[in-house]
Amino acid sequence: MGIARRRFDCLVIGAGGGGLRAALQLAQEDLHVAVVSKVFPTRSHTVAAQGGINAALGNALPDNWHWHMYDTVKGSDYLGDQDAIEYMCRVAPRLVIELEHYGVPFTRLDNGRIYQRAFGGQSQNFGGDQAARTCPAADRTGHALLHTLYQQNMRAQTHFFDEYFAIDLLRDEEGFVVGALVLDIESGEPLVIEAKTTLLATGGACRIFRTSSNAMINTGDGIGMALRAGLPAQDMEFVQFHPTGIAGYGMLISEGVRGEGGYLVNKDGERFMERYAPKALDLASRDVVSRSIAIELREGRGCGPDGDHVLLKVDHLGADLIKKRLPGIRESAMHFAGTDPCEVPIPVAPTAHYSMGGIPTNLHGQVVAPERHGPEEAVPGLYAAGECACVSVHGANRLGGNSLLDIIVFGRAAGEHMAEYIRENPYNRPVADEAVDRAMQGLSRWDRKGDGISVADMYDRMSRVMEQNCSVFRTEEVMAEGVKRILELEEQLEDVRLSDHSRTFNTARIEALELGNLMEVAVATMLSAAARTESRGAHSHVDYPDRDDKNWLKHTLYLKDGHVLDYKPVRMRPLSVEAFPPKERVY
Amino acid sequence: MDADLGRLRWRSRRGMLELDVLLERFLKRHGEQLDSRDRAAYARLLECADEDLHAWFSGRMECPHAEFSELIRRVRAG
Repeated sequence: MGIARRRFDCLVIGAGGGGLRAALQLAQEDLHVAVVSKVFPTRSHTVAAQGGINAALGNALPDNWHWHMYDTVKGSDYLGDQDAIEYMCRVAPRLVIELEHYGVPFTRLDNGRIYQRAFGGQSQNFGGDQAARTCPAADRTGHALLHTLYQQNMRAQTHFFDEYFAIDLLRDEEGFVVGALVLDIESGEPLVIEAKTTLLATGGACRIFRTSSNAMINTGDGIGMALRAGLPAQDMEFVQFHPTGIAGYGMLISEGVRGEGGYLVNKDGERFMERYAPKALDLASRDVVSRSIAIELREGRGCGPDGDHVLLKVDHLGADLIKKRLPGIRESAMHFAGTDPCEVPIPVAPTAHYSMGGIPTNLHGQVVAPERHGPEEAVPGLYAAGECACVSVHGANRLGGNSLLDIIVFGRAAGEHMAEYIRENPYNRPVADEAVDRAMQGLSRWDRKGDGISVADMYDRMSRVMEQNCSVFRTEEVMAEGVKRILELEEQLEDVRLSDHSRTFNTARIEALELGNLMEVAVATMLSAAARTESRGAHSHVDYPDRDDKNWLKHTLYLKDGHVLDYKPVRMRPLSVEAFPPKERVY
Repeated sequence: MDADLGRLRWRSRRGMLELDVLLERFLKRHGEQLDSRDRAAYARLLECADEDLHAWFSGRMECPHAEFSELIRRVRAG
């Protein structure tokens, strides 16, 4: 076959913060690094992380990495692996300072130190007073971080394949990952990239839900690739929802609106949070508000012709206050809902925001998989980091400010370990034509002609099933129906056809490949959720409202072949300190 | 498919959902009618950083490049 080949030491798939931090580590070691990104690197979803990055610097209030660790373990509802969490919290201060030295313009205190703001879930002294642990770069932390890392990579001579789409991993007969088949979006031609080590850093997958705050690019490509390579996806049932996304679109309307006095009403104009959280009302925690909205919709008190949203009322605050304190929100509502919140309430619904689950890794970023039902082992040559990975530091629920920390800490750790691996495995292993042929089938499948379901139509069906049967309101019945519906759609994916078979910048073909990945992730999420008969963190099961540590203090593993679910223990033993045993999670 | 338009469509995929939706809507409504000068200007606009585009489209900041002002107005108008 005449497919072009390129050879590198390392291949990084995805150019968000995690991928770029890893690439930088590798390029600094004088390794030959290729970064493949389907969009220009500085347009990755990392730019949307505005809040900041957590590190126990103690610049504003007293702090300690051990307290940060406690908060993260507790926030994870005890599903986080305590060795990885200890590692992350311990190195955080050093890596944030390192970022500052790379050029990230962190906001400063008058004394010149990095400013730190308080976020939910942060405490001093293991659950005591509020801590201030989040380091922002104005309100554009993700943007600043991404641009800085990109420039550092340019300096270190990382090779970028911009606008290339990764189709599938290539493995040899002994199970080593030896590179990937990618597609040049511009020419429509495939390319084999051979590499001694490959890192998946493709970000989140919340586009499986119709209403999501994620950018369109968040289609779970890395998770799809891992699943097709026979590797597991871990804890996919844990998806963080934000209660107020603009209905039909999903972009966030921040808590700040409710903080200023905005409140939610159903179609009868009733302020329904009075029933669910009589004290905290509309400022109850995210999961409580999300679930309350979902119940209103489920019970037929939603607004609009489809009854699929509730209303966030702010007009009573007066146009002056809205224009002064909430200008961005007003602009968003006018753009997307088409109405001015000074006069008309904003239509909102819970929106999928962050995937806690992903490709299982250890704290070096090595992808790990159970070896014939024995203990898990590292997959030689393969790494994952960031939202597509599950290391697992977020467990069942992620804390604000920990996502940027996760990508920096584990992007760097993966880069370090990849360099070490290459010292021990200094040669590229041969890539067999058969492996390339297999991967090519995933692409050539879209050359089939004839009538069939369109990609857009199938995406619509899939994302609606996920919204109706696997979002905030999860019952045994709702999820059992969801399993049936999503497996039917998975079968019908075979019948989806492209009408446009051109090559050059055929974005329809890319969207078809993305749909394949989304479907893999949706099935994994639906099946993992339906099986977990407890409530923990973001997975809230109406029929099993309590956390069940006796039976469910374990990670879910989903395998594509035969739709198999398996489980593995949570790593409760930290590296150097005492474990935090599970306790009731009260804030 | 028109490859030029395909390129513009793909480059309208950004890091933030707000931009995805605005740009997709604009291209869907007006993409076919853009003449070569408009297309070139739109392509240049897409080279700007997401944070800047977001600030200009939301009206938070005035775009300093006069050549984009008409395009920004049209994207905002939907």
